[in-house]
Amino acid sequence: MFPKMFKIASVASLASLAAVGSAFAVDLEFYFPVAVGGAAATTIEKLTADYVTANPDVNIEAIYAGSYSDAGVKALTAARGGKPPQLSVLLSTQMFTLIDEDVIVPFDDFLSAEEQESWINGFYPSFMENSQTGGKTYGIPFQRSTPVLYWNKKAFAEAGLNPDVAPANWDEMVQFGKKLTKKDSSGNVSQWGVRIPSAGFPYWLFQGLSTPAGAILANSDGNKTNFNDPKVVEALEYLVDLSAKHGVMQPGSIEWGPTPKAFFEGETAMMWTTTGNLVNVRKNAPFDFGVAMLPAKERRGAPTGGGNFYLFKDSTDEQKDAAVDFVQWITSPEQAAVWSIATGYVAPRPDAWETDALKAYAADFPPALVARDQLKFAVAELSTYENGKVTQTFNDALASAIAGEKTAQEALDQAQATADRILKPYR
Amino acid sequence: MRNSARHQWIYAWLLLSPAMIFLITFTHYPAIQTVVSSFFSTARGRRQSVFIGWDNYTTLMVDEVFWKVLVNNFWYAVWTIPLSIILSLAMALWVNEKLRGRGFLRMAYFTPTVLPLIAVANIWLFFYTPGFGLIDQIRSLFAYPEQNWMGSPDTALYSMIAVAIWKEAGFFMIFYLAALQTIPPSLREAASIEGAGKFYYFRRVAFPLLMPTTLFVSVNAVINSFRLVDHIFVMTEGGPNNASSLLLFYIYEVAFDYWDTAYAATLTVVMLAILTTVAIGQFFFLDKKVHYK
Repeated sequence: MFPKMFKIASVASLASLAAVGSAFAVDLEFYFPVAVGGAAATTIEKLTADYVTANPDVNIEAIYAGSYSDAGVKALTAARGGKPPQLSVLLSTQMFTLIDEDVIVPFDDFLSAEEQESWINGFYPSFMENSQTGGKTYGIPFQRSTPVLYWNKKAFAEAGLNPDVAPANWDEMVQFGKKLTKKDSSGNVSQWGVRIPSAGFPYWLFQGLSTPAGAILANSDGNKTNFNDPKVVEALEYLVDLSAKHGVMQPGSIEWGPTPKAFFEGETAMMWTTTGNLVNVRKNAPFDFGVAMLPAKERRGAPTGGGNFYLFKDSTDEQKDAAVDFVQWITSPEQAAVWSIATGYVAPRPDAWETDALKAYAADFPPALVARDQLKFAVAELSTYENGKVTQTFNDALASAIAGEKTAQEALDQAQATADRILKPYR
Repeated sequence: MRNSARHQWIYAWLLLSPAMIFLITFTHYPAIQTVVSSFFSTARGRRQSVFIGWDNYTTLMVDEVFWKVLVNNFWYAVWTIPLSIILSLAMALWVNEKLRGRGFLRMAYFTPTVLPLIAVANIWLFFYTPGFGLIDQIRSLFAYPEQNWMGSPDTALYSMIAVAIWKEAGFFMIFYLAALQTIPPSLREAASIEGAGKFYYFRRVAFPLLMPTTLFVSVNAVINSFRLVDHIFVMTEGGPNNASSLLLFYIYEVAFDYWDTAYAATLTVVMLAILTTVAIGQFFFLDKKVHYK
């Protein structure tokens, strides 16, 4: 019995040695999420296949891992179980959580000084805010977006507004909104002025208000929040007043899912949503529409959003080198252009916008440039240690103010106190 | 003799073992491990999990969100359990009659059970959408103002309850329908000879005979009132401000959004305790009154 087993075992180990010896293939597993559907999944799979064809010594298995939150759960569960993917695209806001769980490593260790200079510094700085901490780069921007304002030119013309001019600041948005809000004979609203979806995660679009107001919600170390800054309170009061005082937005929390449809159906004349919807709106809007930067208060401003590449810790150095090489390739100008045109995500590097493909695309469809130009004013999406808890606390505060259960000041004071308690161990 | 007794033991264990292995691996061991985990802190990266006694439970006592979801879950149960049972019984009685299109009607009632909840939640999302959603379009015919069903804290939970009842009633109907068909027709004939009306027959004959089914259905309804949360992921994500969050949804949030697995284990222990108490209560106290004598 034993000799026989020994024989089998030794043959098996010899066979595996031979396999390793004959081909120097590096196997990589790569999780990616898809948030907006459509072309994203097929484009990633195609790009990965192209890379493998060009680099036969690397074998990459691109695994579709569901929504952003599903992918996050899968990657962290796999990492805790000791079998993480070598590479994954996950929300940029998960950086601190992944560091805290000790499952990712910075990219810097696998790059030469020259690569750090030419590659890392070649991304838009606003995208890097969510990708670097403590002087190290943990995330490489890939599937990134920013919210913009879409407006219905037909509705603008009907309301006596110039159809080619979007509101430039907060006061204008209210003025325009009042003209655009239509009521039927029984006093019910048939067309709202503006729609800012707030269900589930109100904090993201709220950053499109708090940033112009001049507030930054969290520090870059991810251990301190500014939820009850007077400017944040001002921004929340403005958001609440859009419904409560000015009557230009539907009251209560507003769903994300039906938002594009509400825009197509003329239920709202303006909507705020991600650039990830650009291709969808272009295909389905039955009227002329415009895309503009979010309106300004003290300054222009918006959050960034979306996903970064992360390098997981539990892998060999060869795997990490191969993974870094792949990320460098897929974020290079030509690939980034393909990706951006297929999905509407913002190509994360200025040099990608110099490619012929993107130049031709932008000339044909100028709204694609709005998001890029807004990046100058964009800031990091809210992200801290214990990100789930802290963000949820803030979401709850926003939701209770929107529902009219608390005043903006009360809600935000409470959220700040809770966040302070949660983040105390990280200071 | 002794040998054959031993054989019987082995035989018994062999017969028991498949079910036992599955029950222990997937039910008993996780349940015990959950209780154990609730006394430890959550491991994070380099920080190991350590024994912290009742700390997680003291956190729970002062956790406002926990109390809120518990109250929500109470109302969810109070509405979904009786309403889905009454509705399913009414539907079963109706489709048990001889009427045209009976097969089609039965199928229509059962359809919600067959459809995946995640998929139908997406459809309900558009029913509830303010303004151009189905419900608001119907209301607008009667000049009612638009109503933000899922977006206001007063109606969000009730919107979720309606979906749950719609989903469950058809499933329970099947059990009632099966039970109704086992009632011998001679009872009805005897009742009508005695001059009993339809309602009297139902109250005094059919309903008591259906009691074992009612017990079974109500146990399921209680479990579902804790378990049926899929549509909340799609429709409200527990919002606004946790107005439509339920215990199981909160457990998922704590475990897989906050990654606080130890605290999630503590919440799970609470849920296990509630479910065990209710189930024991139902079986021991109701079981005696269930059977027709």
